[in-house]
Amino acid sequence: MTEWTLSRALNEALRHALRADGRVLVFGEDVGVSGGVFRVTDGLQAEFGDTRVFDTPISEAAIVGSAVGLAFAGWRPVIELQFDAFSYPAFEQIVDHVAKMRMRTRGRVDMPITIRIPSFGGIKGKEHHGESPETYYAHTAGLKVVVPSNPQDGYALLQHAIRDPDPVVVLEPKARYWTKGHVDLTADEREIGRGRVIRDGRDVTLVAYGSMVARITEAAAQLADAGIDARVVDLRSLSPLPDDLLRACAEQTGRIVVVHEAPRHAGFGAEIAARTMELAFDSLAAPIARVTGWDAPYPPASLEDGYLPSVDRIVAVTKETVAY
Amino acid sequence: MAEPHPQPPAHWSGSEPRQVVAPDGSLVGALPDDLDTTALRELYRWMVVARRLDRECIALQRQGELTVYPGHEGQEAAQVGSAWALGRDDFVWPTFRELPVALIRGVDAVQYLQYHRGTWHGGPYDPRATHFGPICIPIATQVAHAAGYALGRQLDASDDVTIAYFGDGATSEGDFHEAANLAGVRRLPLVLFCQNNGWAISVPTASQTAGEIWRRAEGYGFPGVRVDGNDVLAVYEVTREAVARARAGDGPTLIEALTYRIGAHSTADDAGRYRADPDVEAARAFDPIPRFRTWLVGAGHADDAFVAACDEEAETFALTVREGVVATPGPPAEWAFDWVYAEPPATFERMRDEALATERR
Repeated sequence: MTEWTLSRALNEALRHALRADGRVLVFGEDVGVSGGVFRVTDGLQAEFGDTRVFDTPISEAAIVGSAVGLAFAGWRPVIELQFDAFSYPAFEQIVDHVAKMRMRTRGRVDMPITIRIPSFGGIKGKEHHGESPETYYAHTAGLKVVVPSNPQDGYALLQHAIRDPDPVVVLEPKARYWTKGHVDLTADEREIGRGRVIRDGRDVTLVAYGSMVARITEAAAQLADAGIDARVVDLRSLSPLPDDLLRACAEQTGRIVVVHEAPRHAGFGAEIAARTMELAFDSLAAPIARVTGWDAPYPPASLEDGYLPSVDRIVAVTKETVAY
Repeated sequence: MAEPHPQPPAHWSGSEPRQVVAPDGSLVGALPDDLDTTALRELYRWMVVARRLDRECIALQRQGELTVYPGHEGQEAAQVGSAWALGRDDFVWPTFRELPVALIRGVDAVQYLQYHRGTWHGGPYDPRATHFGPICIPIATQVAHAAGYALGRQLDASDDVTIAYFGDGATSEGDFHEAANLAGVRRLPLVLFCQNNGWAISVPTASQTAGEIWRRAEGYGFPGVRVDGNDVLAVYEVTREAVARARAGDGPTLIEALTYRIGAHSTADDAGRYRADPDVEAARAFDPIPRFRTWLVGAGHADDAFVAACDEEAETFALTVREGVVATPGPPAEWAFDWVYAEPPATFERMRDEALATERR
C-alpha cells in the first residue's frame, strides 16, 4: 500500500505500462517535457525517451487518427486529449474509425488504443474545460468507457485500459487529480466493466462516477445522520455497464438515485434508469431519481457551484425518493 | 488516336504539370529510366483492365448486384502510375475510388467489391497482407491514418514508405491539414497523393480551394509537385521520386495529379445537374489510355496484337469478377457482432444472443 494522488497514480500506471510493454507509446499535447497540464505524464519522457513519449502538434484529429495508423503498425498508443471539449475535434476519428476499425477489418486489426481525457468540472475552469462528454463515447459501439474516481481505480483502470485489446476511453475527473488515496499495487482483478460498492446500505442506492462519487459518499454520511441507510456505488465503467450490480442494488434497496455532472436530458442517468427498470422493475419501490447538471451549457466558474449536483440537492432528492 | 481538345479542364490551369507524354501521344519529357518494355506494357494492361472492370461494376450496380458504386473512369493513369512506383511492403491508404490501385496491390477484386455489394464495411480483404488499407469514406480521415502508420514504421526504423490517396475536396478538410502538418514536423516517410479530378461530387475545384494544391506543401515544410495525372509515365516518375525521398529518410512529398472524373461521383449521382456534357466530352480528349497507347505503339513497345490481347484479357477478367460477385452470398447474421470487440463484454454478448434469436424467429 502506498498513498498517491490520482494524478500520481495515473502517472505510475503509465510508467508501469511503458516498462511492461515496449510497444506502448504515450503522446499528445504537452505530454513530453512539460509532463502534461495535469502532470499525469510527468517524468515519463525523461525516463523512456522521446521515441516512446512525445509531444504532437495541436491537432486532436491527427493525434487520434495517427493512433489508428500506429495500431495498424503494431503499436499500442496511449494518447492524451488535453481537456474534455478538446476531444470534439477528434470525434470523427474516434467514432468513425477507432470504434469501428476492428469490425471493418473482420478482426484482423485490433485497436488497442487508450484515449485519456481529463474531464468534468469542479475546478473553476475556463469555458470548454468543464464538459462531461461521457454519453457521446458510451453511446458509441466498439468503445469501452471507464471513469476512475480515486487513485486506486486510476492506477488499476488505466493499466487495464492499456492492456485491453479494444479501444478504451478513460475519463479522468479533473477535480479529483490532487486527492490522495491508498493504492494497492498488487490489485489486478479484471477491472473494466465492474462497479464497486463503496458503502453498503439497505434503504436506497446512490449511483455516481468520477467526482460525484465523493459527493454521494458525503451525502450518504448526512443521510445516515437522518436515519437513512444509503448504499454508495461507484459505477467506474460506463461501457460496458455493470448492470448486474444495478440489478442487485434495485433488488436489495428498492430505490435508486443517480448523480452526474452532465445535463439531465439524454444524460447517462437515463441509461442507468432504463437499464435498471428493464432488469428489476418489480423490485423498485420508487421512481429512479436523477440529480444532475442543468440542461444548460456548463456555466462560468462563479456559477459552477449552482450547476453541479450539491450534497444538499443529493440529500434532498434522496429523502424524497425514500419517502415515496 | 484521340484529337486533343484545345481547352483542357479548367482546374488544370496555372502551373505547368510535369509531363512525359503529351495528350497527342508525343514524347515531351524524359522517360523513366527503370521501365523496360515489359513494365511499360504492364502499365497499359492495368489501365485497360481497370477501365473495363469499372464499366462492369456500373453495370452490376444497375442490375442490383452492387449498391452504390463510385467509378474511376479517367483516373487510371494517376492510379496505375503511382501504384506501380510502390515497393511490395509499402502501405496504401485509399479512399473509396482506388480500385485500380487495389488491383495492382494484389487485392482480390471480388473481395474488394464486397464493399460495394454491401456485404461488408471497410473491406473484407486483409489490409496487412495486401498492404492496402480499408476503403475509407470519411473524407481525408485516412490521411491521418497514413501519417500514423508512417510514424509507426519510422519508429521501427523500417524503410517502408506509406502513401495516402485523397481527392481535391479532401484538401479542404482539417484532417488533411493536421496529417500533412504532422508529416512535416516528423519528416515522415509518407507520400501524399492528391488526385485532383476537378469535382468533389458537384463542387468544382475552383469553389473548393483558391490556390494550387501542390503549393500547400511549402507551408508544411516539404516539397510539392504538380503532375499531369493522365500521363501514366509522368505520374510514375514523380511518385518514384517521392517514394525514394521518403525511403531515404528525407520526408514527405505532396503530389497533385491533374486528372478528370469522367463519370458521375457515383452511381447515385446525376452529374447532369451540375456540369455540361460538352465539358465532359472535352475532357475525354485527354483520356489517359489512348494517349499512352499512341506512344507505346509508336515507340515500338507494343503492336496491335498486344492492344487486342489486353482488351480480350480485360473482357475475360471483368466477366470472371462479375461471376464471382454475383455468386457471393450475403453475410450470416453473426457477422454484425463477430468482430466488434476483441474481448466482448458480457452485456454485448447477451445483446448479440437476443438479436440472433430474434433473427431466427
